[in-house]
Order: sequence, then C-alpha cells, then structure tokens
Amino acid sequence: MVLKVFFPSCCSSADSGILIGRWISEQNSAVILAVVHFPFIPVQVKQYLGELQRVTKVSVSVLGSWSNSKQEKEESLSEFLEDLGTIFCHEPWIQISKEGDSKFWSCSTLQKHSKNPQEEEIILVYYDQRKVMLSHLHPPLDTAGPRAEDASKLSAIFDTVARSQVLFMTDRYDEGPIKLTHWQSDGVEASIIVELMKQASVPACMLLTFLLSLLSGICRSRLLKFWPLSFLWSKLSTCEQLGHRLQHLQVISSNKKAQTQNQLMRKANIFVSLLIDVALGILLMSWLYRKNRIGHLADTLIPVADHVAEELQDLLQWLMGAPAGLKMNRALDQVLGRFFLYHIHLWISYIHLLSPFIEMILWYVGLSACLGLTVALCILSDIIALLTFHIYCFYVYGARLYCLKIYGLSSLWRLFRGKKWNVLRQRVDSCSYDLDQLFIGTLLFTILLFLLPTTALYYLVFTLLRLLVVIVQGLIHLLVDLIDSLPLYSLILRLCRSYRLAAGVKFRVLEQQDGKPLRLLMQINPLSYAGVVQTYRLPTYSCYPRDSWASLCKKLFLGELIYPWKHKGEKQN
Amino acid sequence: MAEERRFRSASGAPIALRRRQHSACCRELAVRGPRLQLRSLSAATSAVWLAAYGLFALSQNSMVLSAAIFITLIGLIVYLHFVKIDQESLLVIGSLGIQVTSSYASGKESTTFIEMGRVKDVVINEAIHMQKVIYYLCILLQDPEDPQGVSEVVPLFQSSKPRLDCLIEVYKSCQDILEQRKTAPQSS
Repeated sequence: MVLKVFFPSCCSSADSGILIGRWISEQNSAVILAVVHFPFIPVQVKQYLGELQRVTKVSVSVLGSWSNSKQEKEESLSEFLEDLGTIFCHEPWIQISKEGDSKFWSCSTLQKHSKNPQEEEIILVYYDQRKVMLSHLHPPLDTAGPRAEDASKLSAIFDTVARSQVLFMTDRYDEGPIKLTHWQSDGVEASIIVELMKQASVPACMLLTFLLSLLSGICRSRLLKFWPLSFLWSKLSTCEQLGHRLQHLQVISSNKKAQTQNQLMRKANIFVSLLIDVALGILLMSWLYRKNRIGHLADTLIPVADHVAEELQDLLQWLMGAPAGLKMNRALDQVLGRFFLYHIHLWISYIHLLSPFIEMILWYVGLSACLGLTVALCILSDIIALLTFHIYCFYVYGARLYCLKIYGLSSLWRLFRGKKWNVLRQRVDSCSYDLDQLFIGTLLFTILLFLLPTTALYYLVFTLLRLLVVIVQGLIHLLVDLIDSLPLYSLILRLCRSYRLAAGVKFRVLEQQDGKPLRLLMQINPLSYAGVVQTYRLPTYSCYPRDSWASLCKKLFLGELIYPWKHKGEKQN
Repeated sequence: MAEERRFRSASGAPIALRRRQHSACCRELAVRGPRLQLRSLSAATSAVWLAAYGLFALSQNSMVLSAAIFITLIGLIVYLHFVKIDQESLLVIGSLGIQVTSSYASGKESTTFIEMGRVKDVVINEAIHMQKVIYYLCILLQDPEDPQGVSEVVPLFQSSKPRLDCLIEVYKSCQDILEQRKTAPQSS
C-alpha cells in the first residue's frame, strides 16, 4: 500500500534530527509537525510528547529521522539514525534524507514486524503549515453528516495541524531541552493592535451589555404595552429593524467566547455589518444636513402630498365621468366619487394642519439615520406608508364594498338555482324557497349585478394603486434585507486571506526524478464567493411573499384584503 | 514520460490528449481544445462595430460608438475569463484521489479534488445532448449510507467533449490506477 508523508515546507532547510507528528494508520499516512534537533535526551523527548498529547488530545509521536547533510552522505550518521529507530519504536520508521541543495530527497521505511516485506511506494506531499493551521475546511454541502466526517481524510490532516497550536508556541529562543523547527520556530508572531483590542474588548463588552439590558428593560416596561402604542410598534417597520439590530448587539456583547468556527464568523459578520451600516448612515446624515438639504426635503414634502391628492382628485373626476368610454351607473358613481373626494379633502386639511411642524419632525427623525442606513431606509418606507395612508383607506373601502357585492351575488345566484349554503355541513344543499323570497332575491340579484361594473372599476383602480405602493415598499425592504444578511467579514476574508476559507485542496505535481518518491505540493482551494454567501448568510426577519401567485389572484378576484408580505414573527391567521 | 495524440471532439473540432505518467500510482491526462481563432475574433468585433456605425449613422449620437467599444472589451474579457476553456485535465493519484482542473483562456484555473474514499468508479456513459447522443466520461461518487448506491455523477471533459476513442484511452489509464486500490492489501 502507498505510504503518504505530509511534510511541512518550512522544514525543508532544517538541520538533521528526528521527525515528530501524527501517524494515521487507517490512511497509511504520516503528518509531520516538526523536527527535533540533536542533541536531545530520548527520555525528555518522550516526556515532552506525553505532555503535548495530554494538552492537545492529538496522538503525537516520533515518526522517523531527517538528515540534511551539506556534504557527502556520511555512513556513520545513517547507522546512528537507524539505531534511533530502536529507541523510539514506531512502525514504520520513516527515514528522509536530503543531500546538499538537491530538490530530490530519498525516502525509505524500516519495517521490523511487517508480514509482507515488499517495497511500498512513498508519496511526499509538501504543505504550508501556517496556512493549513489557520484554514477551516468546509465540507461539500451534500455530504454533511456524521458518517461523512469519517470518510474525509483531509479533514483529519487539517484537524491535526489545527489542534497542535501549542506545539508551535515554542520557538528556538526558548531555553527548554527540546529544540524544534516548525513554521514559527524563528519567533512567535503577534500583533500589538490585536492584543490591545483583546484587552479593550472585555470592559467594552461589559459596558455594552449593561446599556443593552437597560434599554431592553425600558422596552419591556408596562408603559409601552398599552393598546395604541403596541399596535403602532408592530406596524412600523423601523421598530422591527431596531429590535433586530438590538438582538445583534446582544450577540456581539455577550461574554461567552465563540465555541465553533461558525459562531465566530457570525459574530464577526454581525460586527462588520453593524459598523458598515452605521458608517453609511452617518455618511447619509452628513449629506442630508449639509446645505440644509433636510429643510428643502421638508419643504417639498407638503407640495408632493398636495400633488398626489390633486392627481387622485383628477382620477376620481375621470371615474365619475365616462372612464375609458365605459358607461357607469350615474347615481352610484356620484355617491362613491363624492365620498372619496370628501375623504381626500379631509386628508389634505390634516396635512395642512401639520405643515408647520413637518420640518421640525423631519429634522429630528433624520438624526436617527446615524443608527444605520437600514434604519434610515425603514424610516423612508414608513414615511411612504404614512403619506399614502389615504390610498390604503380607499383600497380597504373599495375592497370591502366589492367583497360584499361578490358574496351577495354568489349567495343570490344560489338562490336563483334553488340552492343554499349549509354552514354546518360546509356544502351547498338544495332548499325550497317561498315565492316572495324568490321574488325579492331575484330583484336584489339584478340590482347587484347591474351595479357590479361600477364597484369593480373603483376596486380595480384602488387595488392597482395600493399594489404600486406595496411594490415600492417591498423593494426598500429587499434592500434592507440585503444589507442585513450579507456576510461582509467573510467576503472580505475570502478576498484578502483566501486560505482561511477552504473548500478543499489541490495538488500540483512537482519535478520528478526516477527512483525518488513522488513529490506533490498541496495547496488550499478556496471556497467560491457564492459558497461563502450561502454558508455564512445572517438570518433575518425576512419578508417573503405570504401567498403564491394563484392564491393571490384568487384573493384579488374575491375582494379579500391582501397583506402580501409576511414577517417571520407574525402569527398565522 | 509524456505522449500526445490527436483526436476529434464530438462536434468535429481537433483536440489533443496528453498523457503523463509521473510515477507508478500517479497519472495526468490533459485534453486541450482548439485555441481562440483570430478569424472568429475579428469577425465578431467587425460585426459589433458595423452595427454600432449603423446606429450612429441613424441617431448621430457618438455615445453609441464608445458604448460599442466598451461592450466589445468587456465581452472579450468575460469570454476569455469565464467561458473559453483551453484545457481540461485529470490527475489521478492512487490512494489520494482524483483532481479535475479546467484552465480558461485568461489563465484562470478552477480545480476540484475528489478523495479516493468517495470515488466509486470511473465509467463511460451515454447522454442525449441537443440532437445527438454522445459518450462522456464520468466519476461515480459513493453514497455514504448505501455501499452499493451512487450519490452523485461528476461528468468530465464537458467543454471539449472528446469522442469514444479518446475516452477509451483515458478510461484505460484511470482503471489501471483504480484497480491498484482493490488489489492492495488494507493496512491494519
């Protein structure tokens, strides 16, 4: 069977010594972690390895010998190295030797207790120790599960190197009895900024937790639970977004350290997302408040509302005449048209009543854009909802009228045919009616039928307007969702340090020489951007369409009120 | 040792198969498709620019010309980087796995490595592609729950689509190495 030796490329120029690492017998592969140099005392080496095994839970042992001779191969050294095999008994004892500056090393194994002493082929795989240690292997999405983990050989190798971090903490300036060579043996690297941030983060987290607990205490107080206020909070999307962000802040400021890679990435993603959100919000705020743009905005708000109301009035006048050449029932037309016109008149009066305060309100509301761009977008969506409230009212009136008419028509149609709806049995049953019941029923049916086009037209027009507003609000919420759920930290990591997020490995065949073992270079194959987004997406209170297209059309036809977007926390009605 | 032979793809274009044996358990098979022809590139560019000049003559708006240049450049870059595959190669390393690489004309390489434990077999399969029935080589992946089942089929050489004679050569080379894992005694 083929023997695979995973050799760290940083040890290629190390002095002679013995190899320590992990032997994975089921895969017949040896993962070499470091080289221990002469002189050493075997007892101390064994002690050190025992301690290491206890701390890291990785079965590290002496795997073989490494000889790097600058001059010609010395016979005595090779015998000495073979004798070492008897002290540190390991099956098989791997011997790697490099002559001078040659790229092609010779590798052989000593099997003392082998049953079939045949020449087995050796594959030498070089790997970058630092990158493999820092990298996180993502299994392919279809093979997630406990059984698949056993089958993956690569994850065992990545796991071994990642868990041996303690081994890499001893560098050559340490005064211990063991002299090692690994990727960090020239000196342990650390960054002052990272250390300072780690120290500063603990009190910052505690402060943040305290503030958040105060805030959530206020939010949950009885004062805000009274009926008008609680209804308002549930309808405004700004409050939902603020609650969502509060939750995020609670996740970041929690004292528990992240246990798994996923949790760590999620915390980092939330942090970066919040940061970018607030930065964009402050940018927006500075743009709005410079040159008093918000004042201009407030000044144009009332004329825009007036303009919308005027357009609606024109529309109603058009409907009251002969819209698109259709002939309406004059009396009903006039009644409905006048009713809606009066409604618009009331609305305009209220808006004009508010007009002196609009600028001040908008100025203070605009300040809340510093909480984040998503909050600003939600406020925009809420302002649109408030400004088009009359369209919503008209839609509800029109829909209710139309719905009533449709139900009346369907029930009277059943009366026409001599049937009745049985509420107990939930089905249509035949029923014998009296003559006067039939007479009145037929009369009402005719009236309702001939008044149907007028009501249907009003319903159609206001439903279209309402759908337009809903689409605009939906687009804004889509943008908010995008900003909320995009894992920015993971994407930046994939861009700058692509070896941290590994989808797998790739092998490159290096120069070969006959008689020497096969040389391969193992590199990390990074995850694709789409894979990164899919794996690390942040969950949101997403608004996705509640109804399918078919049921939406059915509801529209019957005149039932539609609430197209469903929020995750809402109860089903 | 390397050897190169010429074959034809399913649509008749000339392709070349290069076989290299790095060691007893490691083989590399690379299929190289035809390079981007200067003829087709000039034809496409001229067509786009003639259309742009026609639009310019109609509308007298010089933005059309700059837009055409922009579109040609962007289109060429996108084509070379995402669409045109120059070479597809298969690296079979006994007891490690199979690596499938596609090299694009811009130099980008996209690699997938499948561990030997997940590979059930390499077979030649038939498929209906447009109006033809073609042969293609594919790797069958093992289903972890069911030892007899196949969880996924990974088709190889999808852009060069070699014909059966080329596929048989590749198949024989792969099976040489895959058989070794059945005959080799498992270490305890």
